[in-house]
Amino acid sequence: MLIKTIFSGFGGQGVIMMGYLLATAGMIEGKNVTCLPSYGAEVRGGTANCTVVVSSEEIASPVASEPEYAVLMNNPSLIRFQNQVQSGGTVFLNSSLIEDRPIRGDLVIYEVPLNDLIKQLSENRGANVVMLGAFIKKSGLVTPETMIRVLKDTFSGKNPAVFKSNRSALMLGYEYLK
Amino acid sequence: MPKVLMRGNHVVGEAAIRAGCRYYFGYPITPQNEIPEYMSEKLPEAEGGVFIQAESEIASVHMVIGASMAGGRVMTSSSGPGISLKQEGISFLCALELPAVIVNMSRGGPGLGNIAPSQSDYFQATRGGGHGDYRTIVFGPNSCQELADLTYEGFNLADKYRTPVLVLGDGMLGQMMEPVELPQEIPLKKLPAKDWALTGAKGRASRFIRSLILDPIKEEEHNWKLMRKYEKITREEVRWETYFADDAKMMVIAFGIAARIAKGAIKRLREEGVKVGLLRPITLWPFPFKAIKEISKKVKHFFVFEMNMGQMLEDVKLGLEGNGEVHFYGRPGGVILTPLEIARVISSQYYQKRLG
Repeated sequence: MLIKTIFSGFGGQGVIMMGYLLATAGMIEGKNVTCLPSYGAEVRGGTANCTVVVSSEEIASPVASEPEYAVLMNNPSLIRFQNQVQSGGTVFLNSSLIEDRPIRGDLVIYEVPLNDLIKQLSENRGANVVMLGAFIKKSGLVTPETMIRVLKDTFSGKNPAVFKSNRSALMLGYEYLK
Repeated sequence: MPKVLMRGNHVVGEAAIRAGCRYYFGYPITPQNEIPEYMSEKLPEAEGGVFIQAESEIASVHMVIGASMAGGRVMTSSSGPGISLKQEGISFLCALELPAVIVNMSRGGPGLGNIAPSQSDYFQATRGGGHGDYRTIVFGPNSCQELADLTYEGFNLADKYRTPVLVLGDGMLGQMMEPVELPQEIPLKKLPAKDWALTGAKGRASRFIRSLILDPIKEEEHNWKLMRKYEKITREEVRWETYFADDAKMMVIAFGIAARIAKGAIKRLREEGVKVGLLRPITLWPFPFKAIKEISKKVKHFFVFEMNMGQMLEDVKLGLEGNGEVHFYGRPGGVILTPLEIARVISSQYYQKRLG
């Protein structure tokens, strides 16, 4: 098993955090993981992205030329990555912000209206973690229990309430996709 | 120790602090900025820690000389263009026989080049871009775990031989996050004593550390002394690893991140019955010449893969001494090949040579 996922969105939408959380959860479940955040002279307002590899074997390259999954948080991300996803791959779309749809017919597409969903949360934020919940539901890469543990390790240090709101966000996304 | 998910640049910083490094001097350049970022946060918290963002790379490497003279474990880091500026200081560190660790997260070059991962600084690292007869130990890590282990080990070797150690990574290694088991922190009190450091001469004879030796006979003696040290390092510190070498008809030779991608390619090719193996130098200087010579007794075809125009290639040819045929494939400029792409190139060479 070797699964590559690209997370992409505006700088500030939390895409690097999504990658970090998934890679950490994979690590805790005893898998080999790499997480390669994009770096470089990206334009402001452009895409930030992050490639995560989760594998039962040693990982040769942290770069994905044909990822199995793409998690896209804004329209520029869709334009940039829709043709890279491998045939039969899966795309998760933030349908609140992305108006276009992939022109390819060989992809599985899940639409998640993040802006509407986060209104159900007490703090009205955490869209990236909602999306992550939807992602782990359909990809099955890690269990929600592990992800909750990672959220706890990552966010409890500052304020326990931050962990709780992230847990709610995760489960909201997890339960949204049937 | 449980594993932690860390970015390569942060791993370097943490491993250095755990090795007893308390002095860091640097100047920002992508893609290694997270090293000074990490040190600026962690060193002030550590006992006796000093972080300085110097006014330039040249200033920072000379601050390294000062801290090392005073007996501290000290590090600087940069990327290609910045390492060029530090060469004068590296030559001085060698002449003065001062330990230090210098990290290069290299990028596309020459000139300012770009900020993508590249291996174009192999010559600069292994030949030395500074003046004079000198050598530096050079490590070529291929994962975040090796970054941790070799940075840590680098401080020990630097002290053991009183010589600077270079860690040659690349932009990808610096930026990517991987699970790492960090080395055990060594308490400052347990660091080996330095009976040569300039710590104030109260109650003892003065010590001198200098590189200006005007008398040619004495300078020659100093050079021979350095040479004996480099010979000892060449005998005792060579490191490499092999993968599927036993029955290989063609050996791929690659280092760092390129070796890792090549390994993925070899794994694919082995599943198709293509008998290729890998030799990965871990120390780029001293280079595993003997290992290559040994393999050339059995294998006649070599495939050198580098993310440059062919630099380690020269060392491979030196090691082979004419035994065996070498094919080179390089991608300079910061282009990252996938294991599948390099597998295709290796297999086409393999079949052209009628090995399968």
